[in-house]
Amino acid sequence: MRRRTPRISAAWSEFIITWIIRLCGWSAIFFVLAIFFFIFREAAPAFFGGLDMTEFFTSPNWRPSSEVQPQFGIFALLMGSLLLTGIAMLVAMPLGLGAAVFISEFCGGKTKEVLKILVELLAAIPSVVWGFIGLMVLGPLIMTHTSAPVGVNLLNGGIIVALISLPLVVSIGEDALKAVPDSYREAAISLGASKWEVVYRVLFPAAKNGLLAALLLGVGRAIGETMAVLMCTGHAINIPKSLYDPMRTLTATIAAELGETVHGDLHYQALFAIGVVLFAITFVINLIADIIVKGIRSDPKG
Amino acid sequence: MADLSRPTGNVFASTALERRKMLWEKIVRIFFTLVVAAMIIPVLAIIGYLFYRAWPVLSLSFIFDNPADNMTAGGMWAPLVGTFYLAIISLLIDAPIGILAAIYLNEYAPDNWLTRAINLAVLNLAGVPSIVYGLFGVGAFVLFAGMGKSVIAASCTLAVMSLPVIITATREALASVPMSFREACWNMGATKWQTIRTIVLPNSLSGILTGVIFEICRTAGETAPILFTGVVFFTPVADSGLASVFPYGPSDACMALQYHLFLLATQVRGVSEAMQFGAAAVLISLTLFINSVSISMRMYLRSRKKW
Amino acid sequence: MNKMVTNAVTLSIVAVMIVAASGCGGKKDSNGNKNVITNCGSDTMVNLAQAWAEEYTKGKELKVQVLGGGSGVGIASLTDGTCDMANASRRMKKKESDRIETKRGKKPEEHIVGFDALAVYVHKDHPLDEISIDVLAEIYGDGGKIENWSEVSDKAASLGKIVRVSRQNNSGTYAYFREAVLGRKRDYKLGSIDQSGSKDVVALVGKTPGAIGYSGMGYATDEVKMLRISKAKGDPSVAPTVENAKNGSYPITRPLHIYTIGAPTGSIKDYIDWIMAPEGQKVVIDLGYVPCK
Repeated sequence: MRRRTPRISAAWSEFIITWIIRLCGWSAIFFVLAIFFFIFREAAPAFFGGLDMTEFFTSPNWRPSSEVQPQFGIFALLMGSLLLTGIAMLVAMPLGLGAAVFISEFCGGKTKEVLKILVELLAAIPSVVWGFIGLMVLGPLIMTHTSAPVGVNLLNGGIIVALISLPLVVSIGEDALKAVPDSYREAAISLGASKWEVVYRVLFPAAKNGLLAALLLGVGRAIGETMAVLMCTGHAINIPKSLYDPMRTLTATIAAELGETVHGDLHYQALFAIGVVLFAITFVINLIADIIVKGIRSDPKG
Repeated sequence: MADLSRPTGNVFASTALERRKMLWEKIVRIFFTLVVAAMIIPVLAIIGYLFYRAWPVLSLSFIFDNPADNMTAGGMWAPLVGTFYLAIISLLIDAPIGILAAIYLNEYAPDNWLTRAINLAVLNLAGVPSIVYGLFGVGAFVLFAGMGKSVIAASCTLAVMSLPVIITATREALASVPMSFREACWNMGATKWQTIRTIVLPNSLSGILTGVIFEICRTAGETAPILFTGVVFFTPVADSGLASVFPYGPSDACMALQYHLFLLATQVRGVSEAMQFGAAAVLISLTLFINSVSISMRMYLRSRKKW
Repeated sequence: MNKMVTNAVTLSIVAVMIVAASGCGGKKDSNGNKNVITNCGSDTMVNLAQAWAEEYTKGKELKVQVLGGGSGVGIASLTDGTCDMANASRRMKKKESDRIETKRGKKPEEHIVGFDALAVYVHKDHPLDEISIDVLAEIYGDGGKIENWSEVSDKAASLGKIVRVSRQNNSGTYAYFREAVLGRKRDYKLGSIDQSGSKDVVALVGKTPGAIGYSGMGYATDEVKMLRISKAKGDPSVAPTVENAKNGSYPITRPLHIYTIGAPTGSIKDYIDWIMAPEGQKVVIDLGYVPCK
């Protein structure tokens, strides 16, 4: 009887291993769907009848534990998240793009390495530490140097979140600039352009998709930030009318209040509903960023 | 361009236009340098200030002692161990899945809609807010899987959160192995998996390890996913002996340094500011250290690459 | 070489897991008593709970895990079964005790383990020394008309807008203040800075000259001062001290509770008995609260 050849048992284990690998590959989709499923499952009763959806999205009154009349309006929280992200991006975009341009175009080998390492180390700082810095360092600074009545406010949160998103903007921006073929640069230089003109007139238009993606991913990061904003924005439920007003974001509300709710009651479901809203927002942002980036790949000029 | 109608004169002298352009370029270069400085210098200053304020409490005993006296004195040992536990257990869970998933995407996946969907899914996982991961952890692991609030639930949550980073880093490492290596193997009759196991993986191990170490650093810093899935305010940990190094079983809840910092800053009474800064300093040192290990490993291995 | 590395790594992982699993705390000791007690809830009481835990478990095998989160969190966890003893700085609502009865089959039992005077804090350089409850209600309450310090006192007019510091709505302190100062049927005015814990209310007030906040009297620091409270404008005001809390003259004093499901048994009962006994009460006094006797 011929001994079973190594080839057949190899074929068997190959089959099993291939299937394991395939399942792991599909796991990413599985997890995204699972996240949506489990959050939606807990939030479903709120969406289908528990909460008045118009009030949920348009009312600025968030009073879930009121003895008089519980109110579940997230408008102030939504505005807080959006305004904070806006301010953070206003600070992070110029700084981040500037740094990306500098690293990519204006400096040579050693400096480039050092700067890239510094940016990576910046990205490694945990968000609790940023929140702590906002609370203990930036807060008093704001109070002494401006007329703000309190140190924890929109300005504080905006600066801290900008610093958190900065590394992301820098690295993706730098990737986008690197993706522009050297032939563009060489052509421009041979026509007599200075370095700045190359950047401004050639690279920015050519890389604008990638830079836009960097902006969007930075926005996604800023909207999703939790611990830092919990500690340094003042956590106040109101629509901020000035930079010095304390405010609150969607993420911080969940983090602060989930523990107090009993599994299954309306407050609990409302918080999960906020989670669904957050997930939807970041999903859309990522989708748009992905489509924009794909736009580069299918661009015949690139 | 020089004026050719004049045969004499220095042809290579710069014109007014060129001089203006060069001046402009100098200004722009200075401007960009200032921008980068404006970014880097304040951050370095803040971190320096952090260590300066933490200096009175920083010492070896600060790291190795347990929190004592109502957490207003003593050290960071119990939270530090908890952070290690969470980081390492979550890594044990997601490294195999992530690496195999990346292998699938890079070596096996056909170019169809399913692969596009998987890529989109990975991108989305990377962008999900950390608190939403916490909610998912509560819904899936604490409640549905019945793990309760425990180290294992928190680790599973952190594992799912780390998945996209591991997948992306591994993919890049795998993609950097030249195709010719694989083709040589196939020519000799090796199956796909044999090729991966013997040639592709070992050669990309450096990149994979770099990504994995970077991910440990992120896991050590995240607080939102573990808030409701596994951390507690205080749980006693032995001061010495084996039980002080392995104090938590998988179904226990634990302390964690990132949460401890949050507590010291917002809830614990009577803690000196130096100690709060000290906890922040320890946490930052931990993450910076792990990240530096990852970076230097990457640089070292890149210099040793044979192709 | 690679095979050696793989083997070494696998072996060490397995070894670590075995040793770690052995550190797995068993939930019951030989008598069938629980040897891990979970104590969660009130932030006001969390430092107290942790001091009790530290003191009580000295030399014992028993572990006491302490969590904060707020009185609401504690009661919610008790209902869900994720904790054994819930600390609350407010009384449990009827809705909550009904829910416990339905979910867990027994009525919750209340143990009063101490008292706390709720102090109103302002910055140490603030010109005010006293304030009345109705003025507080107008500052903090929904529909309240007072927004600026000039409407409270001329001396404080230069401080501008009143920065209201409050707690998040899972806090028993928040709920108690609402009941005692605003009146049961009134909500808070939105827009206050809602802090996570008793301590950071005081910390923020200490850094902000125009701020006012409320927290347990045990959380005082050198950066703030506590206002004397009077029931109505013009009445004599009382300072928040242990004696005034004990004799009832300080108007906003609240009992500190620990709730259990039904009557406590075994190691939980021993722990609660110890807390109410002189040794546990000594910890209460040391931390600046009022003992229950």
